Amino acid sequence: MTSEEIYSQLQPIITTYLPEDVSINEINIESDLTRELNINSAHLVDIILDIEDAFNIEFKNDDIEKLRTVNDAVSLIKQKTL
Amino acid sequence: MTYKDILDSLPYSEPFLFVDEILSVSEEAIKGTYTFQPDAFFYRGHFKGNPVTPGVILTECMAQIGLVCFGIYLLREETISKKTTFALSSNEMEFYIPVYPGEKITVVSEKIYFRFQKLKCKVRLMNEKKELIALGTLSGMILNANNLK
Repeated sequence: MTSEEIYSQLQPIITTYLPEDVSINEINIESDLTRELNINSAHLVDIILDIEDAFNIEFKNDDIEKLRTVNDAVSLIKQKTL
Repeated sequence: MTYKDILDSLPYSEPFLFVDEILSVSEEAIKGTYTFQPDAFFYRGHFKGNPVTPGVILTECMAQIGLVCFGIYLLREETISKKTTFALSSNEMEFYIPVYPGEKITVVSEKIYFRFQKLKCKVRLMNEKKELIALGTLSGMILNANNLK
Protein backbone atom coordinates (compact mmCIF):
# COMPACT_ATOMS: atom_id res chain seq x y z
CA MET A 1 0.00 0.00 0.00
CA THR A 2 1.22 3.49 -0.77
CA SER A 3 1.20 6.20 1.87
CA GLU A 4 -1.57 7.94 -0.08
CA GLU A 5 -3.76 4.83 -0.03
CA ILE A 6 -3.17 4.42 3.69
CA TYR A 7 -3.95 8.08 4.34
CA SER A 8 -7.21 7.92 2.39
CA GLN A 9 -8.40 5.05 4.63
CA LEU A 10 -7.03 6.60 7.80
CA GLN A 11 -8.53 10.06 7.40
CA PRO A 12 -12.19 8.96 7.85
CA ILE A 13 -11.22 6.96 10.96
CA ILE A 14 -9.65 10.05 12.52
CA THR A 15 -12.61 12.19 11.46
CA THR A 16 -14.97 9.98 13.50
CA TYR A 17 -13.21 10.96 16.72
CA LEU A 18 -12.53 14.65 16.08
CA PRO A 19 -13.94 16.97 18.75
CA GLU A 20 -16.88 19.03 17.55
CA ASP A 21 -14.83 22.24 17.44
CA VAL A 22 -12.10 20.82 15.21
CA SER A 23 -12.83 20.91 11.49
CA ILE A 24 -12.12 18.01 9.16
CA ASN A 25 -10.05 20.48 7.10
CA GLU A 26 -7.54 20.70 9.94
CA ILE A 27 -6.41 17.11 9.40
CA ASN A 28 -3.24 16.84 7.37
CA ILE A 29 -0.30 14.46 7.29
CA GLU A 30 1.67 16.57 9.77
CA SER A 31 -1.14 16.99 12.34
CA ASP A 32 -0.33 16.05 15.92
CA LEU A 33 -3.31 13.90 16.96
CA THR A 34 -3.57 15.03 20.58
CA ARG A 35 -1.95 18.48 20.58
CA GLU A 36 -3.35 19.88 17.33
CA LEU A 37 -6.45 17.83 16.59
CA ASN A 38 -7.31 17.75 20.32
CA ILE A 39 -8.17 14.05 20.32
CA ASN A 40 -8.22 12.74 23.90
CA SER A 41 -6.38 9.63 25.05
CA ALA A 42 -9.53 7.48 25.11
CA HIS A 43 -10.35 8.36 21.51
CA LEU A 44 -6.75 7.80 20.53
CA VAL A 45 -7.24 4.20 21.68
CA ASP A 46 -10.48 4.03 19.63
CA ILE A 47 -8.56 5.20 16.57
CA ILE A 48 -5.85 2.59 17.16
CA LEU A 49 -8.44 -0.20 17.51
CA ASP A 50 -10.26 0.97 14.35
CA ILE A 51 -6.94 1.03 12.46
CA GLU A 52 -6.26 -2.53 13.61
CA ASP A 53 -9.62 -3.67 12.22
CA ALA A 54 -9.39 -1.68 8.99
CA PHE A 55 -5.86 -2.80 8.11
CA ASN A 56 -5.93 -6.21 9.84
CA ILE A 57 -2.83 -5.46 11.92
CA GLU A 58 -2.01 -5.43 15.62
CA PHE A 59 -0.33 -2.72 17.66
CA LYS A 60 1.83 -3.21 20.72
CA ASN A 61 2.42 -0.78 23.58
CA ASP A 62 5.83 0.19 22.13
CA ASP A 63 4.22 1.17 18.81
CA ILE A 64 1.81 3.51 20.53
CA GLU A 65 4.58 5.43 22.27
CA LYS A 66 5.87 6.43 18.83
CA LEU A 67 2.45 7.56 17.66
CA ARG A 68 2.13 11.35 17.73
CA THR A 69 1.17 12.56 14.26
CA VAL A 70 -0.94 11.35 11.36
CA ASN A 71 2.32 10.62 9.56
CA ASP A 72 3.50 8.40 12.46
CA ALA A 73 0.29 6.40 12.04
CA VAL A 74 0.80 6.09 8.27
CA SER A 75 4.41 4.88 8.78
CA LEU A 76 3.36 2.37 11.44
CA ILE A 77 0.59 1.00 9.22
CA LYS A 78 2.97 0.83 6.24
CA GLN A 79 5.51 -1.07 8.31
CA LYS A 80 2.91 -3.52 9.62
CA THR A 81 1.19 -4.20 6.29
CA LEU A 82 4.43 -4.98 4.44
CA MET B 1 -4.22 -9.45 45.10
CA THR B 2 -6.94 -9.74 47.76
CA TYR B 3 -10.31 -7.98 47.67
CA LYS B 4 -9.07 -5.83 50.54
CA ASP B 5 -6.01 -4.79 48.49
CA ILE B 6 -8.35 -3.57 45.75
CA LEU B 7 -10.49 -1.56 48.20
CA ASP B 8 -7.37 -0.12 49.88
CA SER B 9 -6.07 1.06 46.48
CA LEU B 10 -9.22 3.04 45.68
CA PRO B 11 -8.64 6.78 45.31
CA TYR B 12 -12.03 7.74 46.87
CA SER B 13 -13.23 8.60 50.35
CA GLU B 14 -16.48 9.67 51.98
CA PRO B 15 -18.76 11.23 50.82
CA PHE B 16 -17.83 9.94 47.37
CA LEU B 17 -16.91 6.31 47.95
CA PHE B 18 -19.53 3.97 46.47
CA VAL B 19 -17.99 0.54 46.99
CA ASP B 20 -18.53 -1.66 50.09
CA GLU B 21 -17.47 -5.10 49.01
CA ILE B 22 -15.99 -7.07 46.13
CA LEU B 23 -17.75 -10.43 45.73
CA SER B 24 -15.70 -11.86 42.86
CA VAL B 25 -13.16 -10.78 40.26
CA SER B 26 -11.41 -12.46 37.33
CA GLU B 27 -9.70 -11.42 34.10
CA GLU B 28 -13.14 -11.20 32.51
CA ALA B 29 -15.52 -9.76 35.12
CA ILE B 30 -16.01 -8.20 38.55
CA LYS B 31 -18.94 -8.19 40.97
CA GLY B 32 -19.33 -5.85 43.93
CA THR B 33 -21.91 -4.30 46.22
CA TYR B 34 -22.81 -1.00 47.83
CA THR B 35 -25.53 0.08 50.24
CA PHE B 36 -26.79 3.63 49.79
CA GLN B 37 -26.80 5.25 53.21
CA PRO B 38 -30.11 7.04 53.94
CA ASP B 39 -28.22 10.12 55.21
CA ALA B 40 -26.13 10.49 52.02
CA PHE B 41 -25.66 14.16 51.02
CA PHE B 42 -27.46 13.97 47.66
CA TYR B 43 -30.78 12.83 49.14
CA ARG B 44 -31.20 16.28 50.70
CA GLY B 45 -31.76 17.82 47.28
CA HIS B 46 -32.71 14.94 44.98
CA PHE B 47 -35.58 15.36 45.20
CA LYS B 48 -37.09 17.89 47.62
CA GLY B 49 -38.96 15.76 50.16
CA ASN B 50 -38.70 12.67 47.94
CA PRO B 51 -35.24 11.07 48.15
CA VAL B 52 -34.24 8.99 45.11
CA THR B 53 -30.67 8.04 44.19
CA PRO B 54 -29.54 10.25 41.26
CA GLY B 55 -28.65 8.49 38.01
CA VAL B 56 -25.23 10.14 38.02
CA ILE B 57 -24.53 8.59 41.44
CA LEU B 58 -25.67 5.17 40.19
CA THR B 59 -23.35 5.62 37.20
CA GLU B 60 -20.54 6.66 39.54
CA CYS B 61 -21.11 3.55 41.68
CA MET B 62 -21.06 1.37 38.53
CA ALA B 63 -17.83 3.07 37.41
CA GLN B 64 -16.11 2.77 40.81
CA ILE B 65 -16.79 -0.98 40.95
CA GLY B 66 -16.94 -1.81 37.25
CA LEU B 67 -14.00 0.23 35.97
CA VAL B 68 -11.79 1.39 38.85
CA CYS B 69 -11.84 -1.70 41.12
CA PHE B 70 -11.67 -3.87 37.99
CA GLY B 71 -8.84 -1.79 36.50
CA ILE B 72 -6.83 -2.01 39.73
CA TYR B 73 -7.17 -5.80 39.59
CA LEU B 74 -6.32 -6.06 35.88
CA LEU B 75 -3.23 -3.89 36.36
CA ARG B 76 -2.06 -5.75 39.44
CA GLU B 77 1.19 -6.86 37.80
CA GLU B 78 2.14 -3.26 37.30
CA THR B 79 2.51 -0.88 40.16
CA ILE B 80 -0.42 1.36 40.88
CA SER B 81 1.32 4.46 42.14
CA LYS B 82 -0.14 7.44 43.94
CA LYS B 83 0.25 9.27 40.65
CA THR B 84 -2.13 6.92 38.86
CA THR B 85 -5.38 8.63 37.94
CA PHE B 86 -8.63 7.21 36.67
CA ALA B 87 -10.75 9.11 34.19
CA LEU B 88 -14.21 8.19 32.97
CA SER B 89 -14.11 8.65 29.21
CA SER B 90 -17.60 7.68 28.12
CA ASN B 91 -20.84 6.25 29.35
CA GLU B 92 -24.02 5.10 27.70
CA MET B 93 -26.55 4.07 30.31
CA GLU B 94 -30.17 3.00 30.46
CA PHE B 95 -32.07 3.18 33.75
CA TYR B 96 -35.09 1.00 34.44
CA ILE B 97 -36.16 1.34 38.08
CA PRO B 98 -35.32 3.77 40.91
CA VAL B 99 -33.04 3.12 43.89
CA TYR B 100 -34.27 4.44 47.24
CA PRO B 101 -32.25 5.35 50.37
CA GLY B 102 -30.92 2.30 52.23
CA GLU B 103 -31.05 -0.08 49.25
CA LYS B 104 -28.19 -2.51 48.67
CA ILE B 105 -27.17 -2.85 45.05
CA THR B 106 -24.92 -5.25 43.15
CA VAL B 107 -22.77 -4.20 40.19
CA VAL B 108 -21.57 -6.74 37.61
CA SER B 109 -19.06 -5.55 35.03
CA GLU B 110 -17.87 -7.64 32.08
CA LYS B 111 -14.76 -6.66 30.14
CA ILE B 112 -15.25 -5.77 26.49
CA TYR B 113 -11.59 -4.87 26.15
CA PHE B 114 -8.65 -3.52 28.12
CA ARG B 115 -6.02 -2.18 25.77
CA PHE B 116 -3.56 0.70 25.88
CA GLN B 117 -4.81 1.72 29.33
CA LYS B 118 -8.43 1.97 28.20
CA LEU B 119 -10.94 -0.30 29.91
CA LYS B 120 -14.34 -0.70 28.26
CA CYS B 121 -17.01 -2.76 30.02
CA LYS B 122 -20.64 -3.79 29.86
CA VAL B 123 -21.98 -2.97 33.31
CA ARG B 124 -25.25 -3.87 35.00
CA LEU B 125 -26.73 -2.77 38.29
CA MET B 126 -29.20 -4.92 40.24
CA ASN B 127 -31.17 -4.58 43.47
CA GLU B 128 -31.63 -7.18 46.20
CA LYS B 129 -34.60 -8.67 44.32
CA LYS B 130 -32.17 -9.20 41.39
CA GLU B 131 -34.18 -6.73 39.31
CA LEU B 132 -32.19 -4.88 36.66
CA ILE B 133 -31.85 -1.22 37.66
CA ALA B 134 -29.41 0.00 35.03
CA LEU B 135 -27.46 -1.40 32.11
CA GLY B 136 -24.87 0.23 29.93
CA THR B 137 -21.36 0.59 28.61
CA LEU B 138 -18.66 2.46 30.50
CA SER B 139 -15.14 3.30 29.39
CA GLY B 140 -12.30 4.75 31.37
CA MET B 141 -8.63 5.54 31.09
CA ILE B 142 -5.94 4.71 33.60
CA LEU B 143 -3.52 7.60 33.37
CA ASN B 144 -0.21 8.55 34.85
CA ALA B 145 0.23 12.05 36.22
CA ASN B 146 2.53 13.10 33.38
CA ASN B 147 -0.08 12.18 30.80
CA LEU B 148 -3.27 13.83 32.00
CA LYS B 149 -5.54 14.24 29.06
